[in-house]
Amino acid sequence: MTQILYDGSYEGWLTAIFEIYEYKLKDVVFAKEETSNTLLFSNTHSVTTDEVKANRVLNGLQQRLSHHGFHAIYFAFLSELDQIEEILFRFTAYVFASKINIERDLSRSEVLNVKKAAHLTGKESHRMKAFVRFKLTKDGLYYAIIEPDCDILPLIEQHFKNRYADQRWLIYDSKRKYGIYYDLENVSTVEMQFESNTSSSFLAEINDENEEFFENLWRNYFKSVNIESRKNTKLHIKHMPKRYWKNLTEKIPNLNKR
Amino acid sequence: MVQERVMEKLAILADAAKYDVSCSSGQSTRKNKNKGLGDTGGGICHAFTEDGRCVSLLKILLTNHCIFDCAYCVSRKSNDIKRAAFTVQEVVDLTIGFYRRNYIEGLFLSSGIFDNADYTMERLVRIVKKLRLEENFNGYIHLKAIPGASEELLKEAGLYADRLSVNVEMPTEQSLKLLAPDKNHKDVIKPMQYLKNEIIGYQEEKKTNYKTPLFAPAGQSTQMVIGATKENDLEILGMANYFYEQMKMRRVYYSGYVPISHDNRLPAIGTPVPMIRENRLYQADWLIRYYGFNVNEIVGFDQPNLDLDIDPKLGWALRNLHQFPVDINTADLEMIQRIPGIGFLGAKKIVAARTFKKLQPDDLKKLGISYSRSKYFLAFSSPFYLQKDLTPLQIKNQILNLQNSKYKNNFSNQLALF
Repeated sequence: MTQILYDGSYEGWLTAIFEIYEYKLKDVVFAKEETSNTLLFSNTHSVTTDEVKANRVLNGLQQRLSHHGFHAIYFAFLSELDQIEEILFRFTAYVFASKINIERDLSRSEVLNVKKAAHLTGKESHRMKAFVRFKLTKDGLYYAIIEPDCDILPLIEQHFKNRYADQRWLIYDSKRKYGIYYDLENVSTVEMQFESNTSSSFLAEINDENEEFFENLWRNYFKSVNIESRKNTKLHIKHMPKRYWKNLTEKIPNLNKR
Repeated sequence: MVQERVMEKLAILADAAKYDVSCSSGQSTRKNKNKGLGDTGGGICHAFTEDGRCVSLLKILLTNHCIFDCAYCVSRKSNDIKRAAFTVQEVVDLTIGFYRRNYIEGLFLSSGIFDNADYTMERLVRIVKKLRLEENFNGYIHLKAIPGASEELLKEAGLYADRLSVNVEMPTEQSLKLLAPDKNHKDVIKPMQYLKNEIIGYQEEKKTNYKTPLFAPAGQSTQMVIGATKENDLEILGMANYFYEQMKMRRVYYSGYVPISHDNRLPAIGTPVPMIRENRLYQADWLIRYYGFNVNEIVGFDQPNLDLDIDPKLGWALRNLHQFPVDINTADLEMIQRIPGIGFLGAKKIVAARTFKKLQPDDLKKLGISYSRSKYFLAFSSPFYLQKDLTPLQIKNQILNLQNSKYKNNFSNQLALF
């Protein structure tokens, strides 16, 4: 059994796929560098991310898959599901072993599992287009904090760029400690530390003077549109899972109100 | 904005607008031009109320002052409630402030009728124009077309809004006359007809001249209150079918009546909202629009109401057992979609997967298809288990045992009103 150490990036994983074939590695298990426990494994193979190797794998996949199937691999990778690297490796092995396009062969677990993982990421990236709540700062920046299960920032960038073309914004993934920032021209990736437990007095200081008013308006609106006699908590939670609540303005009680 | 007053107005005018069920925000194609604000296309539900309905638009009334006295409406003239009215600027500021914070996809603006139809409509149009022309706003806007408004105003509304709707409110003229003596179906049908023709006209012109402006690109919709009056599902779905076919409506919404007044023409306060019936109507509507079912296959003179305990597709299958069993390894997509337990996407997955191998029952389970539900309708041929010859009632009972609905007690609860 060989443990493959890679840097956790998509390019790194693609490089690893290349090297599995290059070195004819058998029975592989993936590990991101920081989490590895090398003692358990007889063989360890370290992968250095290599653009040329990664692109050769990408080209190979692109030739054998539809546009949709090709993107499904990237989506599935971003799902960060347990053992997704192995799941994706089995899928690519099946792709490369077959003469025809196999992405519709859904009764095979290699294919179905990737489709499911891709679906999970797609679903959450759609949700995060909805569940981002911007707050306005004094210097005109709209910022939002999210904590998605999947690494969806790369997938929602274009949506927010198209939609909020005339305002500066920042969406920060506090689980992965990076964000995307739009400066009215381009979107760039920013790495930073955001205090997760910032005090409300600090926020009141950096926020625009109307910010709290709008947040309360929104809470107020959210309350007013509910129809009590149709209460359906199960459906509510199904659509708006509790794990997202702490970053949803309408689900956070107004702390300043006594 | 005078903050406290706006806060109060929003509570009143959002509360009054919440019975309007239209929430769609997709189906439009407005792009963000010249670095403006917003775009439409995807249709995103930004939040969900505690009753489980989606919030995608800032849904408000411009005012709840109304000269009409429709019994089913909270804003009716004779109702003793707090009245309020937004200014044009307040609606614009709220929309933009909410949109920039990503709370909403756009605006759904309706209004009580104050003074007269044109006066009200003119105000609505002024808000939309201000949003589009002054704020460079490209988000979604759904505007209520006020019955009786002039064609000039309707036309202007269509040039700036994504969708327009006139609510028919009651499925039959008779019920409308009973509950809304000031209204008649003709006043509703006339603007619908006008809008239909304009929408088609602009679409045709757009084909030859790309500079033709958009005109209500998300089409029109309407809404019927159900369960307040005695109409059966045949009448309701028949009316819906008329709107889809004759008026080219994008959507017909069904709104289960929420008792709001002590009026002896209406179900008493405390009568449960007919939620399952509403749900069955949406399922039937879906079958008609997406699954190629004809209304007459779902309801007919011999069975004018939908079953409450089973969904309309299962109901149809049980009445048409002669069309089954279906062999999923050979049947066409359309027929596979008609099998209870197999949906739109499930059928597509089957057709994709079967090109690689002959599908087994286990494969269906893997694909996420409800085999326990669909097995009664699947082909006998190997590899599927031989199903005993069961009567429709036996199948129905076996399937009902699989599910455990919290509405079970309500299943036989057809409102007895008259």
